[in-house]
Amino acid sequence: MNESLADILAVSALIVALVLVHRPLGDYMAAVYSSTRHLRVERWIYRSIGADPDAEMRWTAYLRGVLAFSFVGVLFLYLLQRVQNHLPWSLGFDPITPDQAFNTAVSFVANTNWQSYSGEAAMGHLVQAGGLAVQNFVSAAVGMAVAVALVRGFARFRTGELGNFWADLVRGTIRVLLPISVLFAIVLVALGTIQNFSDIQQVQTLTGTDQSVTGGPVASQEAIKHLGTNGGGFYNANSAHPFSSPDAISNMLLIFLILVIPFSMPRTFGRMVGNVKQGWTIVAAMGVIWLAGVIAVTVVEHQAPGTASQLAGGSMEGKEQRFGEGASSLFAVSTTMTSTGAINSFHDSFQGLSGGVLIFGMVLGEVAPGGVGSGLYGMLMLAVIAVFISGLMVGRTPEYLGKKLGAREIKLAALYILVTPALVLGGTAYAMANGDGEEAMTNVGAHGFSEVLYAYASASNNNGSAFAGLGANTEFFNTTLGLCMLLGRFLPMVFVLALAGSLAEQRRVPVTAGTLRTHQPLFAGMLVASTVVVAGLTFFPALSLGPLAEGLAT
Amino acid sequence: MSFNPRVMARPLWAALRALLVLTLVTGVIYPAVITGVAQAAFSGKANGSMVEADGREVGSELIGQTWNDADGDPDPRWFQPRPSHSGYDPGATGSGQLGASDPTLVETVAEARRQVATFNGVREDEVPPDAVTGSGSAVDPHISPEYAAIQTHRVAEANDLSADEVAGLVEDHIEGRDLGFLGNERVNVLALNLALRELAQG
Repeated sequence: MNESLADILAVSALIVALVLVHRPLGDYMAAVYSSTRHLRVERWIYRSIGADPDAEMRWTAYLRGVLAFSFVGVLFLYLLQRVQNHLPWSLGFDPITPDQAFNTAVSFVANTNWQSYSGEAAMGHLVQAGGLAVQNFVSAAVGMAVAVALVRGFARFRTGELGNFWADLVRGTIRVLLPISVLFAIVLVALGTIQNFSDIQQVQTLTGTDQSVTGGPVASQEAIKHLGTNGGGFYNANSAHPFSSPDAISNMLLIFLILVIPFSMPRTFGRMVGNVKQGWTIVAAMGVIWLAGVIAVTVVEHQAPGTASQLAGGSMEGKEQRFGEGASSLFAVSTTMTSTGAINSFHDSFQGLSGGVLIFGMVLGEVAPGGVGSGLYGMLMLAVIAVFISGLMVGRTPEYLGKKLGAREIKLAALYILVTPALVLGGTAYAMANGDGEEAMTNVGAHGFSEVLYAYASASNNNGSAFAGLGANTEFFNTTLGLCMLLGRFLPMVFVLALAGSLAEQRRVPVTAGTLRTHQPLFAGMLVASTVVVAGLTFFPALSLGPLAEGLAT
Repeated sequence: MSFNPRVMARPLWAALRALLVLTLVTGVIYPAVITGVAQAAFSGKANGSMVEADGREVGSELIGQTWNDADGDPDPRWFQPRPSHSGYDPGATGSGQLGASDPTLVETVAEARRQVATFNGVREDEVPPDAVTGSGSAVDPHISPEYAAIQTHRVAEANDLSADEVAGLVEDHIEGRDLGFLGNERVNVLALNLALRELAQG
């Protein structure tokens, strides 16, 4: 079978699988978050927490829950890394340094999973499974909870109540993330992903050299790392490592896991607001952008116009033979357009223009389809902007889902949109101006600049992948990128929940002939245009200095 | 919103308890259950797909190795793997991170092409991309069928085998795309070299 046909079949199979699954999964999640019943294990958890799962919260209380839980999470994970040498299964590794431990703790709590550390050489099994992987679950559940709170803001009228944070957190973890992770972790082991608590094993090869083979509970972490759009790997090589992803089937399963919740959440949204067609426009906008990215990167990688790639005869630098260019491109776009940031090949060695598409995917705000939860609330914020722009065009007061979008709502959406560009561009400019950026580069010229831009784009949008040539384990980068991850995650959440609170208080605006039809293809087009134009205008200058300059030079 | 310390303290206490309980569920019970199932049902794979020869473990099917002679140069008797950024050290996975047009990478690729072509006695334009580029993991266990093919003559000669025999061996070890359409065709270097060893020992 020729290469292009195989690529087309692979992408088609993935799309078919997502289309088949999004309905039952989306409906299931809507039922989970709307349910009034509690599982026995959940009752036990609520008792341990000391929380009443049926107590409704206003947006401020909900936000306090989110922030308190995340703050405690950062603290706990920081301490765990700092004392890892005293813990079992530490594999003899030293404690992580304060700046790197801060960076990593924030990174995992913020659902970013930027890896300033090298997994196989720094983190013991206990920190991996009992610290990092726990945040893989709960940071994802927090994202989903905030998205659901926003959806309730749209779905409810004349109330300030948005649900109960503790109930949403626990249900997301226990009823959604955990069962799917268990299933896929076992499938991954069956394919060859390792799952043990062994020490490093010494073997002597046939040529008489020694090799140290590493162990670890990898499959259990791989499953949730992708399902929760986290991305932080067991290894420095992440999912390029054959112990993480042993063949092209496991590779495809990981891509499916990355995309399945983000592409199903619009269905959940549609169900909860009582009109599934409203979910269709959202998912259509996400899908169109994602597919455009996949096509662009796949084509460029196969053409491989870079000077070194031309000489080598293909774009295989940083890529695994079992995946090749097609499966690597599909993974790369899926991981950067969600907030995952896992990798199966090194983005730094992708073609110049491909790298530009990957950065663009992140600076869109991680909405195509975005992270679990954050993708949906990000796209809904952009929908608010799109409705507002449409309203200006026809001179009517903007309304969305029976809610008036007044000055307060638009201000909150605008603030939301402004946070990450300020962090990305401000951070990049600061790193470049004071010399720390240049010092950390592996590459020269425009591509070196791209490494810095990529880092701040990735951290601020909570992606976590990297142009990994950047030597980011310095106090400067650990600190500034840590702050970007923190602010890039939680400031937007403040605006989302504030918006949810103000929407929920409104009364229903009757649908009239003048109401914008937000469940029709035209609006999906409007949404795509707003998303691309907002990010495009903001980031075009920065992109032209880096990936565009590099790509056009070859 | 209120930042009254008492109002903030209550959720913090709940948060700490929530974190501990969820750590128990997702950080202790979950990995323990998966490990239990994995070890019971797929112990070979769960422990790294280790490969045995002469009654001892000689590596993992999934982790590439170097095939050098005592001086650390590529040994002509073995099929050679892809270039590795870390010399196939599983303790330092990752790649060289150079961009597709980077001048240093251009030099590295050019040098690798010359080396591979000379070593195998083929023309430079016969050298496939995977033979001159570092993988992502630095422990890629596979090479392309093309790279295996250009090594057959050299390997056959060094082992006193006929080129046809060795070419047949390569043919037998080509793994197609998974399910026919996923990923790339490939050859597992360790598996191929083990089979070669058996053939050479007659």
